[in-house]
Amino acid sequence: MGFFTDTSVCIGCKACEVACKEWNAVPEDGLEFTGMSYDNTQGLGADTWRHVAFIEQSKPIGQNETGVEHGAAPDASGMRWLMASDVCKHCTHAACLDVCPTGSLFRTEFGTVVVQEDICNGCGYCVPACPYGVIDQRKGDGRAWKCTLCYDRIGVGQEPACAKACPTDSIQFGPLDELRERAALRVDQLHDLGVEDARLYGHDPDDGVGGDGAFFLLLDEPEVYGLPPDPVVTTRDLPSMWRHAGVAAAALLGGLAAVFTAHGREGGAR
Amino acid sequence: MSSSEVGKEGVRGERPGREAQIGKGLRGRGRRGGRRGGRGEKAMVPEAEFTSYYGKPILNPPVWKSLDIAGYFFLGGLAGAGSVLAAGAQLTGRPAAARALKISSLAAIGGSTAALVHDLGRPERFYNMLRVMKPTSPMSVGSWLLAAYGPAAGAAAALEVTGLFPRLGRAATAGAAVLGPAVAAYTAVLAADTAVPAWHEAYRELPFVFVGSAAAAAAGMALVAAPVRENAPMRTAAVFGAGLELAAAKLLERRAGLAAEPYGRGRSGAYMRAGEVLSAAGTAGCVLLGGRSRAAAALSGAALLASSACTRFGVFHAGVQSAEDPKYTVVPQRERLATRGTAAAS
Repeated sequence: MGFFTDTSVCIGCKACEVACKEWNAVPEDGLEFTGMSYDNTQGLGADTWRHVAFIEQSKPIGQNETGVEHGAAPDASGMRWLMASDVCKHCTHAACLDVCPTGSLFRTEFGTVVVQEDICNGCGYCVPACPYGVIDQRKGDGRAWKCTLCYDRIGVGQEPACAKACPTDSIQFGPLDELRERAALRVDQLHDLGVEDARLYGHDPDDGVGGDGAFFLLLDEPEVYGLPPDPVVTTRDLPSMWRHAGVAAAALLGGLAAVFTAHGREGGAR
Repeated sequence: MSSSEVGKEGVRGERPGREAQIGKGLRGRGRRGGRRGGRGEKAMVPEAEFTSYYGKPILNPPVWKSLDIAGYFFLGGLAGAGSVLAAGAQLTGRPAAARALKISSLAAIGGSTAALVHDLGRPERFYNMLRVMKPTSPMSVGSWLLAAYGPAAGAAAALEVTGLFPRLGRAATAGAAVLGPAVAAYTAVLAADTAVPAWHEAYRELPFVFVGSAAAAAAGMALVAAPVRENAPMRTAAVFGAGLELAAAKLLERRAGLAAEPYGRGRSGAYMRAGEVLSAAGTAGCVLLGGRSRAAAALSGAALLASSACTRFGVFHAGVQSAEDPKYTVVPQRERLATRGTAAAS
């Protein structure tokens, strides 16, 4: 089970952010005026499990024309506004889950990745392991927190709070196969309408993280939305890391043994 | 989707009732073929080197405190390599050096464990580290390694000081010497097994930087604590460690590309340079004067210890710096995609 977030119909209402906070009792995440368009939430973190990004670009969407007279504003006619609701990707190969030393992070029967808050000891290893910058440590609490894909809701047959609250169905919840099918049709439809920028992100089960449990339809490059263009699960290289560390440890032991062999007993050679 | 029902098998009920037709309306106007960028809009400013979301980092930077974690890397290395040197000193008839190193290894591993626990968000739950055994988690592997090495190093030191059960003491010394290099090396995997560019891209060289730095630190400790007549192999070990550390660090900076840039910049750059200077001074000092003067040996040893600490802080901050700048995440990934695109096209 997962999310398909179709950003082409996102209207930036932030109902998902609010619904998520309400349902999951997520604490306040800072009251700041950032000047980043309408985005004062800034990014995902321990206290932000849904984040709506706002991007202002001087590009039209397809052949979109509003018919509104902008008067003297010089660039207003070619302006477009991208809005996208970001969330934990619930990776198939989840680095946070792999590196968690306590087994606090686990994969649920729905294929999602969830933190058990009664186990987490706040080691913080999952934080730099996440290639998307999703999970974070909550200040004052010390434990790691992130989207659970509303584990408690889907367990009793309810869709996640954000998807439920989304007024435009930008956030769609369902089985991934079905969502991928629907997403492919949607991209084709947008291409036909002249929205050539439309592309899917995180939908491919052969990508660096084995496909995302929450994937997106974007209207520009992923990094424009603050998403990594080609994320790879760090543990893919772990066997090689252990090999290199093994050779290094052997070099240390062998090197120092050689040093003592060369010097011999105290008062001996040299 | 107001009347849907969700089960493990999927969603039953309503689907989105409509598909918003964004951009629909003036079909055919301004459309010019399928060429990308041929949508008739004015050319924008020349394409920037990379794009980001308001310059915000893509990764969440490590929440680890530098004093705790860089300090842990340093102390773990000092303890691990120290146990190897202690066993070597004992086997080759250098009892004062052996005793000093066993004590320093116990103190260092105690200090590093304390730093690790202190860094936890919930220190009272530290025992959850031994709740599972996970080879995919270097921190889990490290916890078990510490659980085995710590008591060995502790027994080696305690039995040395008390003089009780000499045979058991020798076994503990040997055990600590075998586990020590693993304790010194695994911390490199701990750092590298993250999405942090300056750590992950350095995963081949980082273990060698760490064990080299560990050997130099332990040799430095021996030079500080042991008499001149016993320190000849320690001076050679210092040259070996400092040389390995320097060579691996230089290789890292050459090979890791953009991800190596933070090692030469800002706080990390300052620590790395200080480490190199102290390492050169300590090595030169102990080679030239360490065999004659106790004071010169101790001073050189202190420089080597400080150098090792500086390197660990340098590596730590390089990671933080690379995580805080989206450039280090976006540009290499873009290059990777471009290479793959070229490979697929040809």
